[in-house]
Amino acid sequence: MVILKPGARFTSNTCDGEVIIVKGVGEADLRCGGVPMSPAGGETVTGELSPEASGGTQMGKRYADTEDSIEILCTKPGEGSLGLGNALLDLKEAKPLPASD
Amino acid sequence: MNLMMLLEMAAEGFGSRVAIGPREDGITYRQLYELAGSASRRLRDAGVQHVAMADVSSEALPITLFGAAWAGLPFVPLNYRLTDEELAALASRVAPAVTVLDPEAPDRLEGVSGAGPISRQDLLAGLKSESAPEPDWEQSGDSAAILLFTSGTTGRPKAAVLRHRHLVSYVLGSVEFMGADEEETALVSVPPYHIAGMAAILSNVYAGRRIVQLPTFEAAAWVDVVRRESVTSAMVVPTMLTRIVDHLDAEGSGGLGLPTLQALSYGGGKMPRPTIERALGLLEHTSFVNAYGLTETSSTVALLGPEDHRIALASDNPEVRSRLGSAGRPLPTIEVSIRNEDGAEMPAGEPGEIWVRGEQVSGEYHGLSSQLADDGWFPTHDGGQLDAEGFLHVTGRIDDVIVKGGQNVSPGEIEEVLLGVPGVMDAAVIGLPDRQWGERIVAVVVPSIQAPPDAEELRNTVRGILRSNRTPDHVEFLDELPYNETGKLLRRVLRTNLAHLGDGSTS
Repeated sequence: MVILKPGARFTSNTCDGEVIIVKGVGEADLRCGGVPMSPAGGETVTGELSPEASGGTQMGKRYADTEDSIEILCTKPGEGSLGLGNALLDLKEAKPLPASD
Repeated sequence: MNLMMLLEMAAEGFGSRVAIGPREDGITYRQLYELAGSASRRLRDAGVQHVAMADVSSEALPITLFGAAWAGLPFVPLNYRLTDEELAALASRVAPAVTVLDPEAPDRLEGVSGAGPISRQDLLAGLKSESAPEPDWEQSGDSAAILLFTSGTTGRPKAAVLRHRHLVSYVLGSVEFMGADEEETALVSVPPYHIAGMAAILSNVYAGRRIVQLPTFEAAAWVDVVRRESVTSAMVVPTMLTRIVDHLDAEGSGGLGLPTLQALSYGGGKMPRPTIERALGLLEHTSFVNAYGLTETSSTVALLGPEDHRIALASDNPEVRSRLGSAGRPLPTIEVSIRNEDGAEMPAGEPGEIWVRGEQVSGEYHGLSSQLADDGWFPTHDGGQLDAEGFLHVTGRIDDVIVKGGQNVSPGEIEEVLLGVPGVMDAAVIGLPDRQWGERIVAVVVPSIQAPPDAEELRNTVRGILRSNRTPDHVEFLDELPYNETGKLLRRVLRTNLAHLGDGSTS
């Protein structure tokens, strides 16, 4: 279990993946590749990538749970898929806005 | 949630793309990251509290902005057009600082205690041969990233505080990572001390769109750069678009047009309807976006997209057509509420003050307590209303509202009507003292030389469209209206210069 809050960063223990929390607060069983993630800069463990969670993450894409209560940005891609417990997060397809800057 | 996270991702994701400068030998995202890192070390070693800049746009701007973010120091872009005295006053407010200066005017802050002046060249000298430190920027996002002095059109400038989390939330909520193709190029001609100038760097870095800069706006130069650099998108303030349209018009049918320009966004003030209609006609292949936002909201909170423009322009329905003058719909990450003076939410179609809420909304000024309500809502001090389909119509600053005979009159709605009259090139409406009514309505109109309108005809037109208490009591003709360099109408200057049209009473 890790504590989520916007801006908190986590690293995968099964691949090169890194994420930042965009939305979501509180305790959560955040996983990548089926193995709990570690707070960035903290201790890491070597985990084995679960075949059920090996869809991978893409740089700059956002992932959310079905209730949209948490949203996670991939800041470094990897082979592991993100999940809360055993439930995988979905890639959030946002309709792109026209450039205004 | 540090601005550096955006650049780090860009350097990781598409490091070999050109971030800024010419296509052939510009600075790549990887190089920009390294330069920001090297700059951060120097800025930290200076032992200061802010990193200020009183310089035109150049490659030093993104290097210093990200270098300050890396070093954990707020970046403070200052208006280099201010007088030496005014500039010194702002510089003193952020001392001790490092202040990057234009090499053309390296002595501007001489004698200002703690200003730490350094010319752009000296800041950049040798930077390329140094290597960046290990990433060690602050992660929480709570510290101040940018302090932006408001233009001070209504008194002593206040410094809006934009924290890393506000700006990063804005970019993450409105820009797709690497959303731009490699061929895309953005032209930035708004100055660094305007929120749009800051947002342009952050958004385009995250999108992976090359930036070219035009340090001093001038219509012919702007058009030249668009053609020479094959610019695909740009942001302009209304006065810039008016001049660009004039320039293209003068080139006539033999002109080259702007065939590479896919998208043009505008904001930072009320766009005269004749200008946008002419622009839409001249630039058939360009998509237009109207962005509404404030410094205090980290740039855009609502936008009118390309499709909205086309539908409005083609419609015979007055309500749909009026959306051409609207700010469009709120961003998906932003809530908008229209409230009356008692704070009660108004239904669609009813005017009030525009309140906004979202992660990007700062609502905070240096040295003052937060202007956000406990539940996160921010009063913009802009008046406006939402229509039945959620389009936001902005009528102008609430402080500019004229009170005549106890009735509130918004200058924006009268200006809108005046600008629709043939022969009116520009128009502003102000209130001046009147013993009987409190304030009288004075319309200030810039007439076209070919077909100047008649004052009585203008008053009749307003009377025919709006309620009779909106009719200007007086119409004054001027050759031009006073704007500041970023396109904000200076109503205070008009009220002062035309004080003789009031009766001298004080309300």
